[in-house]
Amino acid sequence: MTGAVISAAGVSKRFGSLEVLRAIDAAIPAGRITGLVGPNAAGKSTFIKCVLGLVHPDQGRIDVLGHAVNGDERYRHGIGYMPQQARFPENLTGREVLAMIRDLRGATRTQDPTLLERFQLTSQLDKPVRTLSGGTRQKLSAAIAFLFKPDLLVLDEPTAGLDPVASGIFKEELLAARDRGVSVLLASHTLGELEELADDIILLLEGQVRFHGTQAQLTRLTGSARLERAVAALMRVDSA
Amino acid sequence: MTARKILRYQIRDIIRNRWVLGYGAVLLLLTETLFRLGGDGSRVVLSLLNVVLIFIPLVAITFGTLYFYSSREFIELLLAQPVGRPAMFTGLWVGLTLPLILALGLGLGLPFLLHAGATPAPAHALPLLLGIGALLTSAGTALAFLIALRFEDRARGFGAALLVWLMAAVVYDGVVLLLVALLGQYPLEMPLLVLTLFNPLDLGRVALLMELDITALMGYTGAVFQRFLGSSLGLGLATAALTLWTAVPLGFGLRRFVRRDF
Repeated sequence: MTGAVISAAGVSKRFGSLEVLRAIDAAIPAGRITGLVGPNAAGKSTFIKCVLGLVHPDQGRIDVLGHAVNGDERYRHGIGYMPQQARFPENLTGREVLAMIRDLRGATRTQDPTLLERFQLTSQLDKPVRTLSGGTRQKLSAAIAFLFKPDLLVLDEPTAGLDPVASGIFKEELLAARDRGVSVLLASHTLGELEELADDIILLLEGQVRFHGTQAQLTRLTGSARLERAVAALMRVDSA
Repeated sequence: MTARKILRYQIRDIIRNRWVLGYGAVLLLLTETLFRLGGDGSRVVLSLLNVVLIFIPLVAITFGTLYFYSSREFIELLLAQPVGRPAMFTGLWVGLTLPLILALGLGLGLPFLLHAGATPAPAHALPLLLGIGALLTSAGTALAFLIALRFEDRARGFGAALLVWLMAAVVYDGVVLLLVALLGQYPLEMPLLVLTLFNPLDLGRVALLMELDITALMGYTGAVFQRFLGSSLGLGLATAALTLWTAVPLGFGLRRFVRRDF
């Protein structure tokens, strides 16, 4: 796939008196990992939810995988989503949760048969979700995002709650997916992780895109080789 | 089709829920105890009237509200799949309501089946009791979804659910009595008849008592219902109004679910 997998034009969203997104324009390129960074309440999760159709923008337009996000849910066949917090029905088993998602998505996509093994989930799948640890639930959530071989992965703080081993596996999967041509939108507070994974960076500050470009461009702009320092430098400039 | 898929897994989840299992067990234990205390079928039905009218709506509205709040993150995950919101809402609501009705049916029905030979109840009494119980359960869960969609904050939503139940179960009767006491010299029958339509619990009570012909327990509004509409028409009207108590909150809930930001 070439061009932008997500294009946002003039996207604004307000919750009551709080303006969360302010005329966001962004084109997220295909086949790359785009890191979405910003301080708390910068609008990262809201933007992700707009992309997924969970939040309706007040103004503007979003196109995802060539389809306008306007209530027709079919474009989400191409998306794998991992939310910040993994919550599943407590009395279903992991296998039943996976079956439910598979049934809802239909048989339009092939599944990766070895993925569950790679995430070390095979032995956990027949236990009720309520007996699984937080980390295992997070792995299940990651598996759901990857399982149906999506064209676009939308990940909101994906490694929060994962142990170092699972986090390592997750990163390997992510990079392998990118190498297969999968596009990724990855929101994270862990800038070290983004430095390792992201090709491009979008910095959101107070609901606006403050920077959008490659990590190299960010380095040149700020004179800092480390992403954390570069982002902090831009935030300082913005608040000055 | 999508609603049916959601429903299938939702039912599996809820029938394994400890609270729902406990709810069914409590109803079963209570009904069985009433039989063992020497009640015949008719007396047991009468004793269960208040359980159906008070306890069942309370369970439906509070459990429904809490269930919706605790499922919010999973609903978000489901909405990120290629699933339409109306189908999802339908699947979630039916999937919650059916297991509660099943628990009610088994809890109340099994002891009646066990004791059918020794202490039979009037033929239509149990189906009517279960039918009204099912309608009250549906209305309770429909209201629960509407409340949970209206209030973002879980504590406020739970408080609102309890308040709705309290208004219908306790405050309403007080208001009716106050009206009758204060305005006794005026013809109050029609206003009270209309007032009944605004309380699903009173509708359930009227429907049950009219059909079981227990005028002593009828209350003021029930007596008005019977006098003006007769048993059959009154029962039909009460049942239709009770059905509306499911349909209307469900319609508003669906509208809110479709438009809402998650």
